[in-house]
Amino acid sequence: MNRFLQSINARELIRPLGQMVVFSLGSAIVLSSLVLTLALGLDQTAVGLALQDKYNVSLYTYTLVNLPQVVIDGLTIGFVYAAIALGYTMVYGVLEFINFAHSEIFAVGAFVGVEILIALDHSGLLRSASLGMSYVLLTFAIISGMVAAGALAVTVERVAYRPLRGASRLVPLISAIGVSFLLQDLIRLVEGLTTGDFNRIFPSFGNFDQRLNFGKLALGETTINLGISIKSIIVIVAAMLMLMGLNYLVNATRIGKAIRAVAQDRPTASLMGINVNRIISITFLVGGLLGGAAGVLYALKFTRIDPFVGFFPGLKAFAAAVLGGIGNLTGALLGGIVLGMLETFAGSYMGVFTMGAAGSEYKDIFAFSILILVLIFRPQGLMGENVGQKA
Amino acid sequence: MFKHMSKAFSLFVAASMTVAACGLASAADTKAIKVATQSPLSGDQSVVGVDMKRGAELALEQLGKPLADMGFKVELAPFDDQANPDTGVANAKRIVSDPAILAIMGHYNSGVQIPSSEVYHTSGLANVSPANTNPKVTTRGYLEINRIVGRDDVQGVVGADFALSLGAKTVFVLHDKTAYGQGIAEFFKKRADEIGMKVLGFEGTEEKANFDALLSPILAGNPDLVYFGGMYSQAAVLFKQARERGYAGTFLSDDGFDSSDASKIAGQTLIDGGGTYYSTVSGPASVYAGTAKFIADFKAKYNSDPQPFAAQGYDSMAIILKAIENAAKAGGGATPTRAAVAKAVRELKDFPGITGTFTFNQIGDPTVAKYFVLKVNSADPAKWSDNSIVKTLDIAPPQQ
Repeated sequence: MNRFLQSINARELIRPLGQMVVFSLGSAIVLSSLVLTLALGLDQTAVGLALQDKYNVSLYTYTLVNLPQVVIDGLTIGFVYAAIALGYTMVYGVLEFINFAHSEIFAVGAFVGVEILIALDHSGLLRSASLGMSYVLLTFAIISGMVAAGALAVTVERVAYRPLRGASRLVPLISAIGVSFLLQDLIRLVEGLTTGDFNRIFPSFGNFDQRLNFGKLALGETTINLGISIKSIIVIVAAMLMLMGLNYLVNATRIGKAIRAVAQDRPTASLMGINVNRIISITFLVGGLLGGAAGVLYALKFTRIDPFVGFFPGLKAFAAAVLGGIGNLTGALLGGIVLGMLETFAGSYMGVFTMGAAGSEYKDIFAFSILILVLIFRPQGLMGENVGQKA
Repeated sequence: MFKHMSKAFSLFVAASMTVAACGLASAADTKAIKVATQSPLSGDQSVVGVDMKRGAELALEQLGKPLADMGFKVELAPFDDQANPDTGVANAKRIVSDPAILAIMGHYNSGVQIPSSEVYHTSGLANVSPANTNPKVTTRGYLEINRIVGRDDVQGVVGADFALSLGAKTVFVLHDKTAYGQGIAEFFKKRADEIGMKVLGFEGTEEKANFDALLSPILAGNPDLVYFGGMYSQAAVLFKQARERGYAGTFLSDDGFDSSDASKIAGQTLIDGGGTYYSTVSGPASVYAGTAKFIADFKAKYNSDPQPFAAQGYDSMAIILKAIENAAKAGGGATPTRAAVAKAVRELKDFPGITGTFTFNQIGDPTVAKYFVLKVNSADPAKWSDNSIVKTLDIAPPQQ
């Protein structure tokens, strides 16, 4: 036991946790001060007056009171993006190509997890489950989603990418897009077999829908409940655990060392006795596991999934990976959190700052404009300089 | 082995030739005509779309006899528009290119019906709509296009008036950016402004899952009522998330919300707080005097309660069959032209359907349409048809 404990590299467990805290707090503080400055500046203008007329509060108070909730929402979706983005970045790091089928691997994970829960629901097991049991069942669903998505990722690599490994870099990219479409319609076909309805609804059970309330904040004539739902906590905690596990795997184990070696120089790694094909399969497996878990968590948080559910989260996670510096694990984490935050801040505040002219429907435009700006000034991404440490 | 195969093959050829011969023989006796349907048969709106088609199917089965006696063989040609305008238009082109198709029952979504009906219009194909409520469906003034339900410029007003009668002073209006959802939300907002309710916000969203960002300004304003113009698949998810974040007011939506899947998604959250209401142009099948037999037959055939608009699907089909019959009689028993069928639909007077008695005005609206406001009573999807009617109105369409 003692030797086992000694063999654990505690530094590699604490470092990612520290990074997550720093990134979350950092992006929260930067964005908060940005909107607060903006609110102060606009308070006495027509924008502030319009709000005063509607809600009876100053723009500054409105912004401030809403901030904690916006940060919590932003973090929740940010961690989901980060978990998906890691799948893109791992594969890019090793093979230098974008696995566009990753968004469907995410969707398959979501469907497998939700289908299992629906089956349990029909058998009556969910309704009679105690609180502890419902967490066990949720974990079971997440793990099933992970296994299915991981197995699918490995299969896709074996079937659609490995035969093309010697080809030019565009060829596997096209293959990936093809696989993505194929999988979307395959899910649609399989899920639609019984009733024609290929969308699934996450059954409600356990206490996941409940909400922890921290208190009420007065806002004009009304009050705002500040709180976080249990499922948001589950999403954040599960994503953090996965990210820590991945970081440990890559930075503190023999397999991780092999992955990094293959990423740096494939021919040389193979000369050192590393089975390159196996390592690439493992990379896809790990990316798929993360994607599948993210899929089930996404379904838990947002209730409804359809065969095309992977498209937007996948696209955004890809953007997050690029924003952080593609090929860089820490970068994907940072990119996911920043993008989730940006999107939520934009969606929550754009409406009042533009007097309702551009509401939350334009949040993606805003988030992606920032992405473009970052890439103009830092084409390598936010964490791009650590090229040597890419996984 | 090979010998066996060739024997089997020749048998098969012989058999298929016999079948073909039979087909030829019967085609000579009866005149084959087809009636198309378009509704979402797959995807999340298929719950309603499939039953709409089943309603039409049942009508053809029960009411096809007069045409059969005249020597017509009427077939149903169901198409799946996937609630998607592109698919609807592509299907419409296939439909008009089939000369046997004389009329089309269809569309669930106004956003699909409007572009698709341009295709029907150019080839003179009669379209009876069981569910499309956007004013533009008929205000284009096409002879071919008719509907048997009310309009959103009335339904939105009914919704806003009802919100006021609940005592709502502040509302937040949302829509799904489709022709239908945005249309009805705009009528709601216009009326709400007129009658002195404070509209805190008006926003469209195509988001299907993550409403966190959208909900922040809503919860900050804490309106008495949240109105959603659009379909249940979005509305129910949004309502659920709003309730979970502590919104205690009332939800109001439109006839797109009328599906048992809404309570499958949102469950108890629809009942909590100020509850959930929706306006509709199609009451539960049980409110119409003539539908008792329809419900029983539907249950016997498909083993489930009809979803909203199934009875309207039945009536639309009944109108089409009657019009074809009239047109054929006028033409002395020959297969009528599409133009004759379109004219015959518009000329029907006081057609007795199961959901009302229908006469179309000069642009294809029913001369009087029913509007309902319903309250969600149970979190159990199986009890969706028990939702209670809190208001029923008979209103003539606006004159234009």
